[in-house]
Amino acid sequence: MDKPFPAIQHPNANNRGADWYVDKLMQALVFIGGISAIIFIVGIFVFITKEGLGFITDRFDFMEFFTTEYWFPSDEDDPEFGILALIAGTASVTGLAMIVAIPFALGAAIYIGEFATGKKREYLKVLVELLAAIPSVVWGFIGLSIMNPLIIKTFDVPVGLNVLNAGVILGLMAAPIMASIAEDALKAVPDSYREAAEAMGATRWQVITRVVLPAARNGLLGAVLLGVGRGFGETMAVLMATGHSVNIPGSIFDSVRALTATIAAELGETAVGSEHYGALFTIGIFLFIITFLINLTADLIVKGIKKG
Amino acid sequence: MSSQPVKIEVKDLSIHYGNTPALEEVSLEVREHEIFGIIGPANAGKTSFLKAINRMDVFTTGMNVAGDIRFGDIDVHKADNIYALRKRIGVVFPLPVGLPMTIYDNVALAPRLSGITNKGDLDVIVERCLSRAALWDEVGDRLNSLGSLLSGGQQQRLTIARALSQNPEVLMLDEFSIAVDPVTTMRIEDVLKELKSEMTIILVTNLVQQARRLADRTAFFLEGRCVEIGDTEAMFNGEVQHQKTLDYIEGKFG
Repeated sequence: MDKPFPAIQHPNANNRGADWYVDKLMQALVFIGGISAIIFIVGIFVFITKEGLGFITDRFDFMEFFTTEYWFPSDEDDPEFGILALIAGTASVTGLAMIVAIPFALGAAIYIGEFATGKKREYLKVLVELLAAIPSVVWGFIGLSIMNPLIIKTFDVPVGLNVLNAGVILGLMAAPIMASIAEDALKAVPDSYREAAEAMGATRWQVITRVVLPAARNGLLGAVLLGVGRGFGETMAVLMATGHSVNIPGSIFDSVRALTATIAAELGETAVGSEHYGALFTIGIFLFIITFLINLTADLIVKGIKKG
Repeated sequence: MSSQPVKIEVKDLSIHYGNTPALEEVSLEVREHEIFGIIGPANAGKTSFLKAINRMDVFTTGMNVAGDIRFGDIDVHKADNIYALRKRIGVVFPLPVGLPMTIYDNVALAPRLSGITNKGDLDVIVERCLSRAALWDEVGDRLNSLGSLLSGGQQQRLTIARALSQNPEVLMLDEFSIAVDPVTTMRIEDVLKELKSEMTIILVTNLVQQARRLADRTAFFLEGRCVEIGDTEAMFNGEVQHQKTLDYIEGKFG
């Protein structure tokens, strides 16, 4: 004899039970979580704009700010606010970092995603993610204490804190997170694509270059742009490894100074509300807009590819 | 039909996944210009059989293949260049796979991998293969749209066109009609009947009637064994050696 079907109490359809209230409460909570991202973004933008506004209205000169390379914000008689050299510093370091990071990251992602199997793959993934979690000050320290003497000795140059040092350090820093995202992108390519290509007689490498990489290009582009964003925003490692001297680099052995490092190094020494203080926040606004544009571009490209 | 030379000769083929057997001591011959049907319920070893023939076992971890497969003058499991082997065997999988590139590039991919770069040659291949797969009339005017955006039935015909694009000697189809509407299925079946004059076809199907419509000879696989092989018409007329075969084709289990 079968056991009887256990009794189930159905709630009264005319009354809102506890479940209904829990449902509404949880919806409200996750709504707050979701909307807070917008609130924080707007809040940060309002804050840095407010702090930089005094400088922008009273002292800011577009041509001086973006096209001159003289950054003497604390000169008592004739302060100058040109960030061209700082932009050049950030751009050169980020550019070199991407040249270093992209091959490393793509190579790692392709090896982990397409060739490594079983335990090897698991260990490598964990290691790469561990690398991504190393604090930037540690990378800066490596730049100062290992890369610096190494560059001086190897290339016979007077200073080892320069574009090369910071670019390599930043590249190594950005590579793991780029590799991780790129590997996710490769993993998102269905195995049926690989099987189809393999069944046609394509070699492993042909499958990767002709089918997998093109199919994953959105995610790979996202990974690269994330690395660029990381390069623009990174502060501590570039502060320690660039040499921190205002200079438009003529070669990779010149010391430079980055936009972010300038804010970090000088903000503590400026009087709140002073011109110098406002100028640093204006750099902040500039960084914010650049980052926003990078992300927006990435978004539009990805969407454009999807539609096409 | 029996006068045709042997195209693929399989002897004592056994396949294991780890310790689990998938196919045990299957021996059979596939002849040139025939449609060789393989029927049988799930887990009969039909797909594993196909994988062994074009060496897709290499990338399936734990898949062990024992026995002999001869494809023309090639000992399949001792072949040094499995890529060259696969180029001579076209495969169509159960679920349509339109690669995320244009329709043209889908069909031109394999020829390009074989080193054909001449645009005129590629154009000929693309048009010929799409026509033979009964897809040209529908997509001939939009070869630059994405292959992965076609409907399921169109994608399956695109897959067939792709499989034909390197002029294979053998075409293997694995339950091609699973995700295809009946009308498209009938169109593909007509295509296969025509292709028979140019190549050898191995048709794995879960539809008994499809085997009856298409196959010259049919093998019945059950639980990893090849129960029997026979002339399709005779088999469906009840001339079978095993009661199980009759039960299966009459739909008593499956």
